[in-house]
Amino acid sequence: MARVVVDVMLKSEILDPQGEAVLGALPRLGVGDVASVRIGKRVEIEFDEHAQNIEEQSRVIADQLLANPVIENFTVSIEQGSTETGPVGAP
Amino acid sequence: MTRDLNVAVDTVGVADATPDEKQPWAELGLKDDEYQRIREILGRRPTQSELAMYSIMWSEHCSYKSSRVHLRQFGQKNPKTPRLLAGIGENAGVVAIDENIAVTFKVESHNHPSFVEPKQGAATGVGGIIRDIIAMGARPIAVMDSLRFGAIDHPDTARVLPGVVDGIGHYGNCVGLPNIGGETYFDPSYQGNPLVNALAVGVLPRARLQSMQASGTGNVVILLGAKTGLDGIGGVSVLGSASFSENAEDDARPAVQVGDPFTEKLLIEVCLELFDAGLVVGVQDLGGAGLTCALSETAAAGDGGMHVDLELVPLRAEGMEPHDILASESQERMLLIVDPAKAEEVLARSHRWGLLATAIGTVTGSGRLVVDFHGQTVVDVPPKSLADEGPVYHRPLAEPNDLGLISVDRAETLPRPATDEEIRQTVLDMAASPNLCDKSWITEQYDSSVFGNTVLATPHDAGVVRLDERTGVGIAISLDGNGRFARLDPYVGAQLSLAEAYRNVAVTGATPIAISDCLNFGSPEDPHVMWQFERAVTGIADGAQKLGIPVTGGNVSFYNQTGRDAIHPTPVLGVLGVIDDVARRIPLGLGKTGDTIALIGTTLDELSGSEWANVVHGHLGGVPPKVDLDHEMKLAELLARLAGTEQLAAAHDLSEGGLAQAMVEAICHSGLGAQILLPEGADPFTYLFSESSGRVLVVIPRGQELAVRTACEQRGLPITPLGVTDANTDGLHLRDHFDIGRAELEAAWKGRIGARLGE
Repeated sequence: MARVVVDVMLKSEILDPQGEAVLGALPRLGVGDVASVRIGKRVEIEFDEHAQNIEEQSRVIADQLLANPVIENFTVSIEQGSTETGPVGAP
Repeated sequence: MTRDLNVAVDTVGVADATPDEKQPWAELGLKDDEYQRIREILGRRPTQSELAMYSIMWSEHCSYKSSRVHLRQFGQKNPKTPRLLAGIGENAGVVAIDENIAVTFKVESHNHPSFVEPKQGAATGVGGIIRDIIAMGARPIAVMDSLRFGAIDHPDTARVLPGVVDGIGHYGNCVGLPNIGGETYFDPSYQGNPLVNALAVGVLPRARLQSMQASGTGNVVILLGAKTGLDGIGGVSVLGSASFSENAEDDARPAVQVGDPFTEKLLIEVCLELFDAGLVVGVQDLGGAGLTCALSETAAAGDGGMHVDLELVPLRAEGMEPHDILASESQERMLLIVDPAKAEEVLARSHRWGLLATAIGTVTGSGRLVVDFHGQTVVDVPPKSLADEGPVYHRPLAEPNDLGLISVDRAETLPRPATDEEIRQTVLDMAASPNLCDKSWITEQYDSSVFGNTVLATPHDAGVVRLDERTGVGIAISLDGNGRFARLDPYVGAQLSLAEAYRNVAVTGATPIAISDCLNFGSPEDPHVMWQFERAVTGIADGAQKLGIPVTGGNVSFYNQTGRDAIHPTPVLGVLGVIDDVARRIPLGLGKTGDTIALIGTTLDELSGSEWANVVHGHLGGVPPKVDLDHEMKLAELLARLAGTEQLAAAHDLSEGGLAQAMVEAICHSGLGAQILLPEGADPFTYLFSESSGRVLVVIPRGQELAVRTACEQRGLPITPLGVTDANTDGLHLRDHFDIGRAELEAAWKGRIGARLGE
């Protein structure tokens, strides 16, 4: 079984209101030395044992469904136990 | 944050010393003669920052260079009214409601961003129009939207529509503003060029009206709200291309901005608090063109100059060049002009709300807009040359070649359903068609009742909002456009949309008092498009003059065009009305059992441009229905009178789909049935599907029939009794012709949008 992890992050120029909200809340925890917080999402995909072209398929999933390429970047990494090696980096 | 000046900044001094340096003015969209004029104004070559500013401010979007000569008609023909407190040229028009309160409203397009990134594009469109309302000193109280997409079954519509609706709902719901209405249409001409027009309305005590003037030498310029990032910079990035390629990250700079509605909510509260405390001299929102536009417009509206230290602007991204900071379209920012004695308090109050506020400059008496970056002068220009003295084009106009052929290809000659069974099926097919079917899949994603002042919202003809709990005074707004009619005749088409918005406000019992418009057209460089534009503007200006209500502002969106194919010319008209007591508004529906259903207005054989021609024949030709604005004024006066005396139980404007569609909507909305008998000699098909203008379906409570008939006759308005409301009738009973049960009607009308989008 191959396990693929897709990380989706807003492009660096794009405002991340969620990250800003967390940054704004940190002083209340007494944490005052954080300069920036960016929040993305991690998606774990498990292919079954017959799966072929795992990297290619993962990219299709990431590009067309998980990420919005207009404002987000993603990375696809294939974890150990699979027949292919990862991570494979940004598009 | 400090930064090393490792990149040589293009200062005024450098520009003086290197007059012949090649500049990418053409890539920035400037024409040769425009670039030469900049050099003449400055007496040298512009710096990179100045070039960025001129290219932005002299763009079509900011300078209205193609439309300005035509838009002057609004000023020339607008009726004089003491209600108008601020008009065209301000951030939004302001009209007085009574001696104490005023409302401000405006409709603006966000078409291109919504195509690139539907959700964020539409969301920031809503955010932008809300800030225009704040900038007038008003509390935003509601939003509306007018949307147009390509064919509903085109794959791209399934990408764009849900994103746009999500974005409007997300932003509006988070800011906490009710979405009280609007419209959604589908037509292949909008494929690749969807239209997202957002309207916002706000209310203010008349004394709180704000100005955008940066006056008073020594006053402090404060930037309030979000940090400035690299978003939305688009074309200006060619200026920084040398340093940009060194960037390790391969992100292309997106021309898309992401907004934060919660910051916008704070902006509303901070600004209103500052206005109420009398702490602000001038205010301007930052929208398209960001700081460039806000600085040059406030400085140009004032009487002196301005000095800004750009390194003081709080930044979100590293390594931003001066032209990046000036051009950034980061959302949720406002510019305030403040008396220096009050600056400390303004900053403190803003910080208490958790918003950044930074003094970035001062108003000067120099007559120049001077921008320094770490002590080096990067901009030194006369502000009026940016804001007011941009190029003005008299573009050539030419009637489209095909218009003659189109006008003789009349829909009135198309084959019509002949039997009762065929007409019955046509009613159902029309009710199920994309433009006429129930839009609740869209509108239920919006909060329509937050604040607790919404009296009517979609699917009623107009949105009605209460302004004052004690007096019950309120406003009604409708937003209407019809690109099909405008394609056939832009002058008449624009007036038909104006008349429809006016009538939609009137059927709620409100009295129309002001207009805002959003003019969506193809490329102004195409003489045919420019002709359509000129005709539409003339139609609106003449219509406003005739109706006696002013055009208070709006927006022009050109270049809605893919290749040679322009969208249908689509002027979208917003009309605002006032109603003395919202408790007496007239709703949509059928009243109660025994009430009389009647039609006010005249039904002619007018089918060209109609939805019937579109749905059944895919046809667009002929000449649109006639407009009679005298009739519309009488009708509005009658409806306001009958609302005041509570002599109408319900009313509904007849527009796309004609009487048949109006009945379908009234029946589905009310839960009651209708027994209808068409007038003797009337052709049932024409009577049901004609789209003649100036018609309203009214429901008269038992015992009021004679009074209403007399009121119509006194005004010369034809009224035709059609039947009665009846709880025991299942759906629509059209005597001597056919019956359609409620279940069948609802099955046709409801649930179509989601189903067609595959959801």
